[in-house]
Amino acid sequence: MSVDGNAGNFIAGVRCIPRYVDEKLCTACGTCTSYCPVTIKDQFNDGLSLTKAIHIDYQQAIPAANVVNADFCLFLTRRECKQCERVCLANAIDFKQQPQVIDINVGAIILSPGFGRIDKKVLCKYGYGISPDVMTGMEFERITSASGPFMGKIVRPSDGRHPERIAFFQCIGSRDLPSGNGYCSSVCCMYAIKEALVAKDHAPDIDIAIFYMDMRTQGKEFDYTRIRAREKGIRFIRSRVGGVHAKDKIFEVFYVNEQGEHIREDFDMIVLPEGLESPKDAKLLAGAACIDLNKYDFCMTSSYAPLEANRSGIFVAGAFQGPKDVPESVTDASGAAALVSELLCKARDTQVKARIYPEEKEIEKELRIGVFICSCGSNIGGVVDVPAVAGYAAGLENVVAVDTNLYSCAQNTQEAITEKIKVNGLNRVVVAACSPRTHEPLFQETLKNAGLNRSLFEMANIRDHCSWVHVNTPEEATEKSKDLVRMAVAKASLLQPMREQEIPVIPKALVIGSGISGMTAALSIARQGFECYLVEKSHKLGGNIKRLRYLITGDDPGRIFTELESDVRSNPLIHVYENAVIDNITGYIGNFATTLQMPEHSEMLEHGVVVIATGGMPYEPKQYLYGKSKQVVTQLELEEMIAGGKGLENVHDIVMIQCVGSRGEDLSYCSKVCCSQAIKNALKILEYNPAANITILYRDIRTYGFDEDYYQLAREKGVTFIRFEKDYPPEVTEKDGFINVDVFDRILGAKLSIKPDLIILSVGITPAPAQDLAKMLKIPLTRDGFFLEAHPKLRPVEFSVEGIYLCGAAHSPKPVSESIAQAKAAAGKACVPLTRGFVAVEPIVSSVDMDACIGCRICESLCPYAAIRMIKAGKRKKAETISASCKGCGICASHCPAMAISMAGFTNEQILSQIHAFGE
Amino acid sequence: MKNKSFEPKILGFLCNWCCYAAADSAGIARFQYPPNIRVVRVMCTGRIDPLFIVEAFSAGADGVFVGG
Repeated sequence: MSVDGNAGNFIAGVRCIPRYVDEKLCTACGTCTSYCPVTIKDQFNDGLSLTKAIHIDYQQAIPAANVVNADFCLFLTRRECKQCERVCLANAIDFKQQPQVIDINVGAIILSPGFGRIDKKVLCKYGYGISPDVMTGMEFERITSASGPFMGKIVRPSDGRHPERIAFFQCIGSRDLPSGNGYCSSVCCMYAIKEALVAKDHAPDIDIAIFYMDMRTQGKEFDYTRIRAREKGIRFIRSRVGGVHAKDKIFEVFYVNEQGEHIREDFDMIVLPEGLESPKDAKLLAGAACIDLNKYDFCMTSSYAPLEANRSGIFVAGAFQGPKDVPESVTDASGAAALVSELLCKARDTQVKARIYPEEKEIEKELRIGVFICSCGSNIGGVVDVPAVAGYAAGLENVVAVDTNLYSCAQNTQEAITEKIKVNGLNRVVVAACSPRTHEPLFQETLKNAGLNRSLFEMANIRDHCSWVHVNTPEEATEKSKDLVRMAVAKASLLQPMREQEIPVIPKALVIGSGISGMTAALSIARQGFECYLVEKSHKLGGNIKRLRYLITGDDPGRIFTELESDVRSNPLIHVYENAVIDNITGYIGNFATTLQMPEHSEMLEHGVVVIATGGMPYEPKQYLYGKSKQVVTQLELEEMIAGGKGLENVHDIVMIQCVGSRGEDLSYCSKVCCSQAIKNALKILEYNPAANITILYRDIRTYGFDEDYYQLAREKGVTFIRFEKDYPPEVTEKDGFINVDVFDRILGAKLSIKPDLIILSVGITPAPAQDLAKMLKIPLTRDGFFLEAHPKLRPVEFSVEGIYLCGAAHSPKPVSESIAQAKAAAGKACVPLTRGFVAVEPIVSSVDMDACIGCRICESLCPYAAIRMIKAGKRKKAETISASCKGCGICASHCPAMAISMAGFTNEQILSQIHAFGE
Repeated sequence: MKNKSFEPKILGFLCNWCCYAAADSAGIARFQYPPNIRVVRVMCTGRIDPLFIVEAFSAGADGVFVGG
């Protein structure tokens, strides 16, 4: 509602809307929902299914607690009912809650309200509303979801029938000036393809046609998915649909194809993959935070500070900055966190209170197992005979105490369990309740409070895996619960206390590569308070940014570089190494050692983390007479000519050729930046020479996001765009010192011959050679030679090997602003272990019995986390686990031919005991 | 004698990160399935030594389910 104060000390006024459910007490059992008499449309399924006025938003909702929709609740609207309050065994319903305004004192603010939805009026232009079978992409997404309204079956909402023909119309509420949105929403092409592929997977016989203007699959590896979609038979039709008529549940779609023919095609279902709008409350939020919005009501940012709003201390992440996909949103989030960490670096750890536990007691030889069985209200108790299971557990070997709880996870039950452990001298604890994935940490905390090592704990999942899924067979469910408890007790008998390891981290970072990404990352790490080695193999900092003369947004890359370089060089925490080649890197998270080779000498650096920013370089063209004719240059060379004011004096007719090297020529991917670069340069030429005649030969114009405005501007200023197919590229020839371009124009259906004064090639970006580095660090590369991150969507700047982070063109080609955001993200992630100062090792890691190890190296080669190294043991080399890197997967243990590897918490003996208990 | 159809005893080894999580989700969504399976949680199906599968059959399993 309001933001007062300054960076480092804000007071944010926040209005809290009541949930009418105490989220600390609610167990999300769902009893209230089943008793609630008010049925409403389920917002999560976009209104395609029904829920109740009291409900949980969706299965994975955090917090996992119910919420009352105040607009529909009978009590809140008419003072009637209160059924939910009566049936809730956890007493979690609280109608006394009131909306309240609270003041929060914070040092920094991150705005991440996400995106808004396209207005229904815009959707109506494309037939939305004439039938439930014309739906938005979001609605179709829910239909394809296994947890959606039709459990993942592709059906028509109108009659539940399986559609045979589906049409997707692209650019709904995007690239559409009449609707007010001139920008491209960046994600719709790809999400339409994804939805089409999912639909094909569900029902391979569906005929799917995607109607589009330009296919904008510019993201990393996205073009491969587009190609796969085509191979699966999805039709891509380059056309803006003229109209839709509904006729007996069939939609007649009228369009003009590229050959100019008018066509009518019939479909059973129409999907409108709507674009991303600015968030509904954008203006309100901007007003409260005193920040500016751009003309489309997204947060105003600049190319060199893409995550900063124009008020110091306020940052932005995700689609509020501009329409973007998941990887960029996740990247932004880490980057914004890094900026906050830079700002608040001095205040770090000043408001943290350490938790103190009682001293761990020694474990006696005698096994004393306690079993606690949870009813979870009626969630377990309503199906499983809990007293019978308790009685059964009491008879199991070594069980000395059994108790049943209404809610084992409730705060008072935790205290009761602690007491029971102390009174009965328990030294192993089994809780039969819900999932260890959600509740194991809570009960382990209880053990610690009772002075027991947290590893002496085991769970039996008799709710999620039993009572909830066997509602109609209570007797069998009870038997299954007994079996699961018996297996858990068998494993518990073999549990041993495990040491909590903390491995120290050298609080320094190594950044490899000093382009815009490397410099940004190094500076951010230093500003977060850590020493940083910045290594550059050439003799100067800067990389490719030095070759850019201006950006499409008008920002000056020279200024960005100069400021960044001076900040980097003047920061005492950054040590710059130029002319330095990495000879070797060894070690693991927290403890890396790198040998640098420089012309005169070599040097060894020790550091805790590595940031890879090795960048990319322009593709070197051999085609289109490049290098043979002086009249053929690249976009970068053109930029130099424009900036230098030389070489363009007598140039009037210009042809630009896109995708030189990219998208299936020498490089199989899209280089992402070349379309905007061509349009930027075309506009720049027109600034100096408004009469210039510029033709751009392209395959798809991919000016995604707000760059679309410049594409529009270029068209308005008379730049001609002619499309060519991959299989019919333009031909460039030279005769008597004159160059000639032949291209087949599909709209005219004829070959065009142009005699330009200059041909500009939009060349792609290739990765810097990375094999050696990848091998040293045991990290993977993509088929195209870029580094392959841990997860393309959710962990875009990390690797499966810990302590190594990635940014810039080494990840994939990208424009300056995205490189900066990603560099901030990598710096943010890299500072996580540096800030903590140690790596906390989960006690479930592997360990090698040196005597039994035969040194075969199978484990070393199979470990996906590079967590096993070979060390000298006498005359032979033997395996050793690097605990800091181990994730406890156990691949090493199951493949060890000598059975020399043991997994803590999942030993062979423990698992075998469960198997044998299963058979009893 | 009561005429009862054959009910197999199945032992499942479920990866903590995917299949075990999926089984939790099945519970949350109240998907109903036959009560014949008992579950051993592992941190990765890569942990499963072929020995475990042989032992499961020898302990009386009619089927072994590996979910990962």
